[in-house]
Amino acid sequence: MTTVEKRLGAAANFVDERLGAAGWMKKSLNKVFPDHWTFMFGEICMYSFVILLLSGTFLTLWFDPSQREVVYEGVYEPLKGITMSAAYASTLDISFEIRGGLLMRQIHHWSANIFMAAIVAHLLRVFFTGAFRKPREFNWILGIILLTLGLVEGLLGYSLPDDLLSGTGLRITSAIIQAVPLVGTYITFFLFGGAFPGVGFLPRIFTIHILLLPGIFLAVITVHVMLVWYQKHTQFPGPGRTEKNVVGHPILPVYMAKAGGFFFIVFGVTAFLSAVASINPIWLYGPYTPGQISAGSQPDWYMGWLDGLVRMAPPWETHAFGHTVSWNILIPALIVPGIIFTGMAFYPFIESWITGDKREHHLLDRPRNVPNRTALGVMSITFVLISLINGGNDIFATQFDLSINQIMWFSRISIFILPPIAFVVTKRLCLSLQRADRDLVLHGMETGQLVRMPSGEFAEIHKPISAQKRWILTSHEQAPALELPATDARGVRRPGALKNKLRIRLSKAHAVAVPKVSAQDLKEIEHH
Amino acid sequence: MSNEIEAFQDPGEAVHAPRAADIDPRAEKRAEQQVAALFGLSAVGSLLLIYSYIWIPEDVFIFIPVMGDQNAHQLFLGLGMAMSLFFLGMAAILWAKKLMPDTEVVNHRHEFRSSDEDREEFVKTVKDGVAGVQLGRRKLIKGSLAASLGLFALPPVLLLRDLGPLPGKELEKTNWKAGTRLVTDPGNRPILASDLEVGSVVQTLPEVAPDTHRPLSDIAKDPVLLIRLRPEEFNLTPEKLAMTHDGIIAFSKICSHMGCAVALYEQTTKHLLCPCHQSTFDVTQAAKVIFGPAARPLPQLDITVDKEGYLIARAPFNEAVGPSFWERNSQ
Repeated sequence: MTTVEKRLGAAANFVDERLGAAGWMKKSLNKVFPDHWTFMFGEICMYSFVILLLSGTFLTLWFDPSQREVVYEGVYEPLKGITMSAAYASTLDISFEIRGGLLMRQIHHWSANIFMAAIVAHLLRVFFTGAFRKPREFNWILGIILLTLGLVEGLLGYSLPDDLLSGTGLRITSAIIQAVPLVGTYITFFLFGGAFPGVGFLPRIFTIHILLLPGIFLAVITVHVMLVWYQKHTQFPGPGRTEKNVVGHPILPVYMAKAGGFFFIVFGVTAFLSAVASINPIWLYGPYTPGQISAGSQPDWYMGWLDGLVRMAPPWETHAFGHTVSWNILIPALIVPGIIFTGMAFYPFIESWITGDKREHHLLDRPRNVPNRTALGVMSITFVLISLINGGNDIFATQFDLSINQIMWFSRISIFILPPIAFVVTKRLCLSLQRADRDLVLHGMETGQLVRMPSGEFAEIHKPISAQKRWILTSHEQAPALELPATDARGVRRPGALKNKLRIRLSKAHAVAVPKVSAQDLKEIEHH
Repeated sequence: MSNEIEAFQDPGEAVHAPRAADIDPRAEKRAEQQVAALFGLSAVGSLLLIYSYIWIPEDVFIFIPVMGDQNAHQLFLGLGMAMSLFFLGMAAILWAKKLMPDTEVVNHRHEFRSSDEDREEFVKTVKDGVAGVQLGRRKLIKGSLAASLGLFALPPVLLLRDLGPLPGKELEKTNWKAGTRLVTDPGNRPILASDLEVGSVVQTLPEVAPDTHRPLSDIAKDPVLLIRLRPEEFNLTPEKLAMTHDGIIAFSKICSHMGCAVALYEQTTKHLLCPCHQSTFDVTQAAKVIFGPAARPLPQLDITVDKEGYLIARAPFNEAVGPSFWERNSQ
């Protein structure tokens, strides 16, 4: 035994005699993680979160979250002598007088964007592959919570510098809260410490942004990852992969090296972006004052779709009994997002109600094999994209020389028309892809080699696909639609007939598929 | 299911093909050198970062094609950091991919549902525990517990009461009073009606004593836009027309939708546009909403001139300015 081994052994012995960790560690280090490039989205989320913690901690060392008014005396000439909040002044100091400060600010802002983008990509991957199905519904809901927290945390973060753009964002936020019937005005006054902009808001959101929400994030992310660990990762279907096993690389050493290396790559790419691409140059916006605004005021993209919904809302307000209800704010900013997020959280249960499937699923779906779900996903993406485009309607109008009114009317109409079209088109595309899979299994791959038959006819040689490939294309299950007779065995009408009818219709729509090839089909075709 | 009988058989995983480094010692050596080179590049990045931090002055700008003038200190600090991190990661991954074992391992899954015995035991434990608490029998404790827990929930809410003042009528009030002079913002100078040319737009605030500090909360509700048109261009009710002075009309600058500053005025169409959500107001029709999500016109300020000819408010706003709220009581 070498000295190093002896020392490590002594240390391990010390720990194990007190914690009994060897048994658990032995199992954990052999834990297997399946590989697929789409599994890295979730990793990017986690690494970006760590980058946010590191860069954010750096920023707090100099940031002063105070609304106290100061006269700027720093090195940035254009703003010298101007009265501004201490928050804005200290952000300027971080940008211009702390070495590496601007880099850290940009890393923080870039990684926030990457964090949100990776959350969205991760969410879409989990949705389209059906990874949210039993037993992973809890983790799906935790994911939705993390997405929601991310939106709030991002908004609070870019509100802190107290520049003209961020102040405008807060003005809008306060108007949304103020629009809540009954309690809105009171909540705004309590949050802001009076009428907007109030006296206490920045220090309050600072504490929420750097302590409260990161703490909640940390807790939820920990549970999220522990559940992945405990329930084991899902895997794509393939030869040798079943619902009862998990195939991949063990955590030690390969997965650990790859995951650890990937953290540094994500950090490196974020640092590169921050070095070469300016983001949120607050010194160009000037300090916040409610009487001014700059044209083209845009929130960050992950809030942009909500802003787009607000922009396209019709001018509806109800005045009755001495009270005002602003539907033009409530519907786009609270009700519609509320329905979307609640719907997302409940989707795993809705789908299992439709299909009647209560089994565990560890093999992922290929999106084409579940046309209804895939179409629903693309429909939702279309909805959000139209909202996002409308959120930038002023930018589109100036960049492409269009009329804002025309873009707005386009969005107002297409938000109702395009998503259903996207649904139908996606569903048909999925079925076409299923048909293509079927052809591939039955007739093999086109080789591009043409041969002339003795009869003079030309034909292309098709090469049969490998058994592995065939397994990937045919191993999925094609469950038939639910059968719920309106009457039971004794001829008595079941209760909830309407609900059953709806369920049968949804189930039928869900079960639509091009029949997959069976071994028998292939044999028959080979005989011809 | 019927088709399961005829389904294909799982062919099992394809035979594992060895990598170049597994069979060729030269390839193995090369892979090792590549990994070492990447670690080396990472070290170079760290050195670049240190060099930039200490020796590149912060006011040096260099020209880089496409990007334009860049601050050299920031740029090389960032590039050094990016290199140091990125190549460290690349080295680790290359190491894992080329040299570490690449055979896949199979683990087994188990159903998560606990065994029936475990479940029964669990239910029994819970039942025993609950029975031990005796809540069913101890009515007095049950009642007092509920009361104390209910009251216990109140203090945390109560303790947050001093977060802010109660709204009261605060949102209905501005600093405009009958006789308040309109002054320029910035500048704090009173405005002679005769100085305003047709077509001009001025942002104003209520006059305060010289060198008085204006809190932001006042600037959030007081700004007023003055616009002068030719009197015949107006298309107003007699009531609204009486609130103008000689072609000069005054509106709250705070958007009636979400409170942004309605800052864009288009001379040719005489439209005011809010840059936040594109609500568009027609000045000639007393800021009536002609497009966008805003539901109400911008509140109009009743103006006139004082004896010296300076513009003043004849009366305070007759409605709340800014976004709507539940207690708002005016059309």
